[in-house]
Amino acid sequence: MSPVLAAVVPTTAYYLILSAVLFGIGATGLLVRRNPLIMFMCIELMLNAVNITFVAFATRFGDISGQTAVFFVMVVAAAEVVVGLGIIISILRRRPGATADDLAELKG
Amino acid sequence: MELLVFVLASVMVIAGGLGVVLRSHPVHAALSLVLTLFGVAVHFVAMEAHFLAAVQVIVYAGAIVVLFLFVIMLLGVDRADNITIEPFPIQRPLAAVVGVGVTGLIIAAVVRARDTIASGPPLEADGDRNIQQIATSLFGDYVFALEFTSVLLIVAVTGTVLLTRKASTGSTTDTAPDKVDP
Repeated sequence: MSPVLAAVVPTTAYYLILSAVLFGIGATGLLVRRNPLIMFMCIELMLNAVNITFVAFATRFGDISGQTAVFFVMVVAAAEVVVGLGIIISILRRRPGATADDLAELKG
Repeated sequence: MELLVFVLASVMVIAGGLGVVLRSHPVHAALSLVLTLFGVAVHFVAMEAHFLAAVQVIVYAGAIVVLFLFVIMLLGVDRADNITIEPFPIQRPLAAVVGVGVTGLIIAAVVRARDTIASGPPLEADGDRNIQQIATSLFGDYVFALEFTSVLLIVAVTGTVLLTRKASTGSTTDTAPDKVDP
């Protein structure tokens, strides 16, 4: 690596831009894919993008509260995955191969 | 060196993210998600958040993705979706516009605020005391939130058991799968 590149240290802005790109990928995937399992994975991508932002700002401002927030995001993500996969299991058990569009018939 | 770590981990994150969205097979998508989560864990280490990096690997890559794979295998949906079908023709262009737009807006905001973000001396993170600091914050300032997350987890577990259990015997005729045309 050239000495010029080696001197470049990734700043907070680098992490924020990476997080923006990851969030965009997750949002696009959530809108495009129809398999409910893949849609859940895209939500995980978006949550991870937010986590990167939290940790970047926590490091930048030397405030540990950002990392605590990431901890709570992880707990909520775990709970959300448990409930969501429970719902998906009970739907797909009834209708194998259901897509997100088929869930429209849940409405009264 | 730090730049090299950043670039490599970012390539992992972006490649994994694209893999989740673009791979048609759910198992491949779940494995791409593992790649992304490990990349994020590397970023956490680079930002001196050692505890979160460990939790990221254990909880996300360990528990959540295994749960995804378990559900994929349990339901037998481990076959490739046909992602060439487009039920709504305008959906994908619109989704691309939304994704690029959101990304572009956030990047524009970051570039605009770069002076604020970069100003001041970077505060020295004390890596050895990371867990201690998180514990002080978690059990000090955020102790009520911590207690409520325990309530949340109990509610989630109970709710999932209720959602997915088979109905008790005697009423099985009510819950037999309806013969609905797909």
